[in-house]
Amino acid sequence: MLLKKLTEASGVSGNEKEVRDLIKHTLEGYVDEIKTDRIGNLIVHKKESNPGGKRLMIAAHMDEVGLLVKDIDSSGLLKFMPVGGIDKRVLVSKTVSIGEKKLPGVIGAKPIHLQKRNEWSKVLDMDDLYIDIGATSKEEAEKHVSIGDYVAFDTSYMEMGNATIKAKALDDRVGCSLLIDILKSDIDAEIYGAFTVMEEVGLVGAGPAAYQIKPDMAIVLEGTLCYEIEELDSHQMPTLLGKGPAISLIDRTTVYDRALRDQVVKIAEKNDIPYQYRKTSMGGNDSGKIHITGTGCTTTGISVPTRYIHSPLSLISKSDYDNTYKLVEAIVKEFEKGAI
Amino acid sequence: MGFNVELLEKLVSVYGPSGDESLISATIRKEISEYVDEITTDSLGNLIARKKGEGKKIMVSAHMDQIGFIITDIDKEGFLRFGNVGGISPDISLSQRVVFKNGTVGAIFSEPMEKSSERKLENMYIDIGAKDKEEAEKMVAIGDMCIYYSSFAHNDNVVFTPYLDDRVGCFVAIEALKRLSNTDNDLYFVFSVQEEVGLRGARTAAYGIEPDFGIAVDVTAHGDTPKAKRFAVGLHKGVAIKVKDNSIITHPSVRNSLIDIAKAENITYQLEVLEFGGTDSGAIHLTKTGVPSGVISIPTRYVHSTVEMASKDDIESSIALLEGYLSKKQ
Repeated sequence: MLLKKLTEASGVSGNEKEVRDLIKHTLEGYVDEIKTDRIGNLIVHKKESNPGGKRLMIAAHMDEVGLLVKDIDSSGLLKFMPVGGIDKRVLVSKTVSIGEKKLPGVIGAKPIHLQKRNEWSKVLDMDDLYIDIGATSKEEAEKHVSIGDYVAFDTSYMEMGNATIKAKALDDRVGCSLLIDILKSDIDAEIYGAFTVMEEVGLVGAGPAAYQIKPDMAIVLEGTLCYEIEELDSHQMPTLLGKGPAISLIDRTTVYDRALRDQVVKIAEKNDIPYQYRKTSMGGNDSGKIHITGTGCTTTGISVPTRYIHSPLSLISKSDYDNTYKLVEAIVKEFEKGAI
Repeated sequence: MGFNVELLEKLVSVYGPSGDESLISATIRKEISEYVDEITTDSLGNLIARKKGEGKKIMVSAHMDQIGFIITDIDKEGFLRFGNVGGISPDISLSQRVVFKNGTVGAIFSEPMEKSSERKLENMYIDIGAKDKEEAEKMVAIGDMCIYYSSFAHNDNVVFTPYLDDRVGCFVAIEALKRLSNTDNDLYFVFSVQEEVGLRGARTAAYGIEPDFGIAVDVTAHGDTPKAKRFAVGLHKGVAIKVKDNSIITHPSVRNSLIDIAKAENITYQLEVLEFGGTDSGAIHLTKTGVPSGVISIPTRYVHSTVEMASKDDIESSIALLEGYLSKKQ
């Protein structure tokens, strides 16, 4: 299954090759052009049969948050730093996979027995944690690992119940998967798929991608914040699981084009696709760079609600995936007709 | 020429939060169309008016967007929750009236807080007087934006009103344009969008125009009120010629050219070294291979409040300086 392969591949920001190769391989034969640009974005072109129409860019980022080895101590333990926004509280005791050879490791810390009472209430800092690969000396560790190696969470894909998917890196492999499905479908329009790099460290790849593509309009596909517990008021829940694709209003990086957003909502309603709004102005995504590149373009942000993003595992609802696909497909059909 | 207070009042009153500037764009277009050769709107919504000339391309940018609020939720009782659009402070917003594009008026208030310092926008709400969610939804939808309710006032010395930032910059640009006779320069007046959320409109406008020089016209802060943070700029001391802020160190050739014009034409001016903030020139000067840029600032007290205050004399000096700069062959 595609989403299983995509989420189990490792692609911490700056090291997206495994994900990129997988996507490239999956799309061969379905599109007119595939190229990797100089910064590492995978840019895929589907040509329209009557050229001259508007250009639609659909973007999803390939990278995920993770860690980077910064030092190896004398006892063979690895010190690390975060890549992208990681909550340090979620790290301890997680299993990870290191470097190209996917060496297994465990994030360790001082056992509770040895902690002083005042340490119990403190959050362990990145510097109090280390990755244990089972080596007993620096020399032994150096045979397998070097400074600068990337570390990805080691979480396997799993379906829970009938309707939920658990996996790592659903932010934004779910977007990649949707984009692949769209690009494989039968469309006759000038469409560029941009699988971007380094979104999690500052929307790095999206600007260069948009600069090459020069889109008239862009759709950014994401796995976005989802947090819904009963103590919260409705305005404090950014999105709800199972209630359909979340349409962006505003975030730190974009005020989404109102006219385009209204059209997207109309398309959802016309096709009986459930939708919700993304009710927070926090966060940002590739749209932030795309809409201000060159002379600018209109963008819309469409996300699959994803619980526990930026941690070793995340959850989505299958129905949200399917409804997001339906919505994007319907938008693309309208674009194909020139109605948007 | 007298101070056109009616135009300034009109400009500060028209709705146009960042990302929804269509009404103010239409107002400005109507105001300037007979004075320029071409007017276009780009895909982000920047209004770009060209007064043709043979010489260098100068881009003048005044942003027409306003800070405001975006509705993110409507609860069962019909209260609206919101996020900020640009730099909105909980302290200043409490107990203000706001207005939506369709004219719906609301009041901003807050859940009870033990300490007012803990108040955040997520504890606040807008009350439009609806009896329940259904009634509220007839007036407002999620994603709608509102702005502070207009309340313009002035006396012989000053104007005070919401949204001098940056409608006074638009006013200065419009008045300078109207007073200009023919020019040796190729002038692009940009009324930019989305400055308040990160200088976004100026960036795409500059990319399209490829100017030789850039001038932003915007408000700046003040250091002349009780116990204000030390800052050499104050009201009634003339137009402020920017040296730096957090987005730009102005290009010496542009800055000196502005100073020379002020001296030659006896325009009262002051120099501005601002330790925070940014303007459209911050985006313009980094466009493509770089654009030497400067900023004409209108000293303004209480920026981002509903009582922003500026001196009429300083506004006049700003118009005179911009007109002088644009008239001179660059």
